Amino acid sequence: MTVTNFQPATQEEHFSPESHVVPVSLYVVIWATLMVCTALTVFAASVDLGIFNIVVALVIATFKGTLVVLFFMHLRYSTKLTMITVIAALFWLFIMFSLSMTDYLTRAWSTYG
Amino acid sequence: MATAVQTVERENYLNSTYGIKSWLLTTDHKRIAMLYLVSITAMFWIGGFFAMMIRLELLTPQGDLVSSDTYNKLFSMHGIIMVFFFLIPSVPAVIGNFVIPLMVGAKDLAFPRVNLLSWYIYMLGAITALTAMVTGGVDTGWTFYTPFSTTYSNTHVIGAAIGIFITGFSSILTGLNFIVTIHRMRAPGLTWRRLPLFCWSNYAAALIMVLGTPVIAITLLLVALERAFNIGVFNPQLGGDPLLFQHLFWFYSHPAVYIMILPGMGVISEIVTCFSRKRVFGYEFVALASIAIAVLGFVVWAHHMFVAGISVYSALVFSLLSYFVAIPSAVKVFNWTATMYKGSIRYETPMLYAFGFIGLFTIGGLTGIFLASLGLDVHVHDTYFVVAHFHYVMVGGMVMAYMAGLHFWWPKISGRMYPEAWAKLSALLVFVGFNTTFFPQFIMGYMGAPRRYHAYPPEFQVLNVLSTAGASILAVGYVLPMIYFLWSLRYGELAPPNPWNAVGLEWMTPSPPPTHNFDETPVVTWEAYDYESQPQEEVTVGH
Amino acid sequence: MATSDLQIAEHNLQHHFADMEQQQETSTFGMWMFLLTEIMFFGGLFTAYLVYRSSYYTAFVEGSQKMNIWLGATNTAVLICSSLTMALGVRAAQTGKPKLMVVLLLITILFGLGFLGIKAVEYHEHWTNHEFPGPNFHFETGDPAHPPTDPQHTEIYFSLYWAMTGLHALHMVIGVGLVSWIIIMGLRRAYSPSYYSPVEIVGLYWHFVDLVWIYLFPLLYLISKKHG
Repeated sequence: MTVTNFQPATQEEHFSPESHVVPVSLYVVIWATLMVCTALTVFAASVDLGIFNIVVALVIATFKGTLVVLFFMHLRYSTKLTMITVIAALFWLFIMFSLSMTDYLTRAWSTYG
Repeated sequence: MATAVQTVERENYLNSTYGIKSWLLTTDHKRIAMLYLVSITAMFWIGGFFAMMIRLELLTPQGDLVSSDTYNKLFSMHGIIMVFFFLIPSVPAVIGNFVIPLMVGAKDLAFPRVNLLSWYIYMLGAITALTAMVTGGVDTGWTFYTPFSTTYSNTHVIGAAIGIFITGFSSILTGLNFIVTIHRMRAPGLTWRRLPLFCWSNYAAALIMVLGTPVIAITLLLVALERAFNIGVFNPQLGGDPLLFQHLFWFYSHPAVYIMILPGMGVISEIVTCFSRKRVFGYEFVALASIAIAVLGFVVWAHHMFVAGISVYSALVFSLLSYFVAIPSAVKVFNWTATMYKGSIRYETPMLYAFGFIGLFTIGGLTGIFLASLGLDVHVHDTYFVVAHFHYVMVGGMVMAYMAGLHFWWPKISGRMYPEAWAKLSALLVFVGFNTTFFPQFIMGYMGAPRRYHAYPPEFQVLNVLSTAGASILAVGYVLPMIYFLWSLRYGELAPPNPWNAVGLEWMTPSPPPTHNFDETPVVTWEAYDYESQPQEEVTVGH
Repeated sequence: MATSDLQIAEHNLQHHFADMEQQQETSTFGMWMFLLTEIMFFGGLFTAYLVYRSSYYTAFVEGSQKMNIWLGATNTAVLICSSLTMALGVRAAQTGKPKLMVVLLLITILFGLGFLGIKAVEYHEHWTNHEFPGPNFHFETGDPAHPPTDPQHTEIYFSLYWAMTGLHALHMVIGVGLVSWIIIMGLRRAYSPSYYSPVEIVGLYWHFVDLVWIYLFPLLYLISKKHG
């Protein structure tokens, strides 16, 4: 009797991620894009954009990271559950960063006489 | 008492293979649960020994039994062992490991070898920490605040920190295993809405284990590096911020308390429904409340830091969020109560512990709300009020839930019934002993008695003596189950598959179950806690 | 001994799974969960970085200007190449080309070792410049016209540099070990199109290590090219 996680009440997408073969050309395109972005971020750091240097650097890094996760790590072809896992990671990082910063950004607001 | 020794003839997970190697190299989740049971019980008694030393010292106002340095080590080691080596693994590693695959109708957890590895990692961490304790101890408190822990303490901080670091991975792997199992290994027909609440609670706790534990791991690693290399990440003299340590430490350690309590709440859900012969009131709410506790638990950590020097605006945010986190816990208490209303209540030992849990957890939880209030916390922070609060939720709540679960599933685990009369007596002793130990501490703390002091002003002596007296009663209440559980392994009545007439897949296997759990994968066609269609039969009770 | 795809799959099906599909999906999900924990593990260090950089920006700028951007960029490129060969290696396993898989994974290891080699060169330079935190820390900006403005907090920058890149390098070493194991198993023809999940999950781990570096590089090396 073949038993998989059959759920009559809710329909979970039943992907077979392993059966999707990504074409070599797509991998090469992603690789090339990542290399270009690396060069771009090095170049952007040599330009004085003031406060926007960090923004540009992080945007490029996030773009690169997204490509790695979607294509090299096959998230594009994976289940919804995997996607939720990745989003959870980002969300929890966000909690740790932002709530810690509520302390550090507002300490100077008080004056202690 | 059974006059003749009965033995289980049928093959089950306990007798299917023999020899030490078959236990130490097992991948059977039920055997691994038993390995954990032995280890965790040992750690409980070691932690309890330190508690006994603390209570003995506090019989008199002077610091006369031990020096203040030694006293610092005693409460530190008591806290470290009880939190990291007993409470966090207790229900998940012992009961969860055993019961969850059965509850979802699977033959094992998703990753059985990782499960075994998890136990070995736990043992390595425990031995490392115990070695640090035996060779000199650690005196920083279980909270390892910097710069004392990184710079000024002369004790085995690195050893203890490494021991906890290692054991953290055991927790992470267990959590990972649970999450994957519950997502991927449910039997056909077992939808999320039919999943036992014990699984929901352990799933929520597993989320916290997986998301939070890595942060304390890196934090303790930084403490060890700072101590070893004298770098200044947390040391104000070298430009660091000691509060950063506290932020990172409590980012895990606050959710950790929900790792500890959520599985216990899961146990209570199972017991209340079974011993009221009624399905859980508001099943969806209880399930979602578990998830809500897990998520909200991550955004309240700085309520441990209200007087540490954080920005008052940040403190306001955390105070407000801390009020919110109490709401899902309250939802659960209301729903358990509503489950019992117009139910057919039976008072076997698991239910007695469940009653104890609901009452004592409520008191502990309410006092948590007092602590969440900024103004009140300024007054009672670092006093015995806090100590009483967390012992009410952890011991009055969590340990009672653990005892409840052990009693409830003991027939399944061992194939034997424990002696009901002795068990009821123990439950009573635990309840009386617990309240006598810890209620005076609320009063003491509110009157200003600071925590972590080995000497105190004489006006607190009466309350302290009362507390120590209660502790000795409590100890008896814990020793008795050790004895009668062991006794029952040989002399207890043989247990039927379903002594409590409970609803759930684990009760559809023999007691104890065979190694492969189910001969055929079950197909679930009933709703959770379908007690209405259960026949009203007599339960089996051990003598 | 040529074993068929089906035989390999049957041989590797664990008893508690109903079929290979469930096993593969489960093991992939398990690795994603593990990577989730790794994100939070590194996340603690990133939090420390965020806190200190926002409070002591100048000190961080000065520290980061002692980094060798070209070595860092080269390392970034090396890792990206290694991710390509890793992904192609997994694809080779998926399409039943074991020899190609072994070759690609060997190249991946070479890239990984290259990364570690360049890192060693950088570490050596920082070490000889007394840029390791502790009692022997001594920071020079390298520009006599601009002495260090806040050496105490630049030391914290370096603490984070060594901790973050060191932890990352440790993960690289583990990754090299894991890929080596896959190569050995691949030489034994252990994988087939119906059973290659160990290759897939080691691939996921490898890409994750690359991902961490994608953030470490700009945050540690590219803070600012200007002073102050």
